Amino acid sequence: MKLITTLAVTTALAAVLAAAPAYAQTRIALVVKSLGNGFFEAAARGAEEAAEEIGDVEIIYTGPTEPTAEAQIEVVNSLIAQQVDAIAISANDPDALVPALQRAMQRGITVISWDSGVAAEGREMHLNPSGNDLIGNTIIKLAADHLPEGGDVAILSATATATNQNIWIEEAEKVLPNYPGINLVATVYGDDQSDKSYREAQGLISSYPELKAIIAPTTVGIVAAAQAVTDAGKIGEINVTGLALPSEMAAHIKSGASHSFAIWNPIDLGYSATHIAYALATDAATAEPGSVIPIGRVGEVTIGEDGQAAMAEPFTYDASNIDEYSSIF
Amino acid sequence: MIRFFKQREVMLLAIIAIIVALVTTRSSGFGTPRNLAAVFNDTAVLAMLACGQLLVILTRSIDLSVAANLALTGMIAAMINAAMPGVPVEVLIVGCVVVGGLLGAFNGVLVWKLNIPPIVVTLGTLTIYRGAVFLVSGGTWVNAVDMSDRFKELTRLVFLGLPMLSWFAIVVIALFVLLMARTSLGRSFYAAGINPTAATYAGIDVGKTKFIAFTISGMVAGLAGYLWVSRYVIASVDVARGLELQVVAACVIGGVSIAGGIGTVGGAVLGALFLGVINNALPVIGVSPFWQMAISGAAIITAVIFNARGERKRGRIILKSAEAA
Repeated sequence: MKLITTLAVTTALAAVLAAAPAYAQTRIALVVKSLGNGFFEAAARGAEEAAEEIGDVEIIYTGPTEPTAEAQIEVVNSLIAQQVDAIAISANDPDALVPALQRAMQRGITVISWDSGVAAEGREMHLNPSGNDLIGNTIIKLAADHLPEGGDVAILSATATATNQNIWIEEAEKVLPNYPGINLVATVYGDDQSDKSYREAQGLISSYPELKAIIAPTTVGIVAAAQAVTDAGKIGEINVTGLALPSEMAAHIKSGASHSFAIWNPIDLGYSATHIAYALATDAATAEPGSVIPIGRVGEVTIGEDGQAAMAEPFTYDASNIDEYSSIF
Repeated sequence: MIRFFKQREVMLLAIIAIIVALVTTRSSGFGTPRNLAAVFNDTAVLAMLACGQLLVILTRSIDLSVAANLALTGMIAAMINAAMPGVPVEVLIVGCVVVGGLLGAFNGVLVWKLNIPPIVVTLGTLTIYRGAVFLVSGGTWVNAVDMSDRFKELTRLVFLGLPMLSWFAIVVIALFVLLMARTSLGRSFYAAGINPTAATYAGIDVGKTKFIAFTISGMVAGLAGYLWVSRYVIASVDVARGLELQVVAACVIGGVSIAGGIGTVGGAVLGALFLGVINNALPVIGVSPFWQMAISGAAIITAVIFNARGERKRGRIILKSAEAA
């Protein structure tokens, strides 16, 4: 092990020495949970896009082959040895990576986490793909966009005790008055089980003949609801929307059971993480509560009290872009 | 007449009819033939699994691995279909029955040859099969877009007013009725459960009978694997999690004795239908999800109390008639 580390350090040093005189580039390492995952490959594409925009940035896209914290620590150690300027990591474990990342920060490397966070002492800031209020607003907006005249909508959630979904539904109910004519008639729970979600969706269809949309902020629920609407022959009458991965919903977008749905866009996530890492590494911005960091075409993020920032509202997928994304994740 | 009404099947049928009538007063669409057919279709998988479970429970065993078996065979079928859309769905269905049967036979061998208590065996294989779903799929889902049209549509084709999924269940149930009523194998399940010692003297290999029961239960679970994936158009690690308890509950409500030897196909099917009606009715009349669980639980306990009383009475009658003779 020691030999390998020594070798790695020597090689890295040699590489740095050879590369250093060329010109002062900012080298940002995008560390992902594991390589070969479509979601992260897409994030890397976004990072490259940001690097091209900024100009003097080199992206090192790396990660372990299996999604474990141990393997990721080794990756981080080798990045420290390579003296990169910034590490942007989606962590396999919030705590296990803290010592390695602290060591990186001591060496002057900018460390941020994105997607899957690290405990506060192990990074300068964390970039969340979205915020609860943004998600709550989006799920209502998705339904409202296709209901210009308003109408009855219902929510099909996961379990009645699911923390995420309950917060999102609460936020959605808060913004309901902004959408006149949209009538939330029921909230039911499919327990993230296909059969129960399907049954609850059937129940909604038969109980509310005027129902125009089913909003399911959970991937199992949205797929089951789309299938229930299809089987009931209600395509075109009831729009199923909510949060899901493009690959899961591709067939239902094509059949028309769902007009659109949303989830964070991994390309934007990699893009924004790169912008933030660059701004922090070049001291163009500081990672403290209240500071605002511009993130190119996505807009800007504001770092909150807890050192976290929310990127943007979830990205909407529909018939126009489903093919492109369903092959990614 | 009173005897007729005391039969479990008749009583259950009456209770189901009453529930349907009550729900229809709250939501007028519920009692229509079309909706009842939909409820039956929704219960088809549960009813088939309950028939398989019946055999196992009759032999004083229990099969907790059916839902995991269903998930594993369903995932394998979905992955084969996604990778090789050219393989006919009929072949996949036969494959599912074979794979499911092998998984069930594995339970059976452990119970038969190693004499391990069935609840321990199937609790173990429940976890193994569930884990195997993760291993074969790598944790990813097989989605609607990956499946061939025929794979998705076969369960939905309407024949004589009912979807094929319902017909699958009807055929399976009919086969079970024939098996139990018309074959010596069917009778041996009862014999092995009600009195294993006497069954052995009568030339029935109790261990082997259990093995056959587990294998058949596995075959049904395998078939259900395809049907499930085709119906909900999704194969994931979490498919049908917890369904095994509903299957056992259907049997118990249907008057199948957990102690073995007592129970009918009709009872198991009606038990499944009872749960299906409850599951479908409660969302329609807008009962809170917490109450739904409590109501299902209360139904199970009530059924067990009835079972226990029924069995005790039967014992007395036998003694009395023996005294009289």
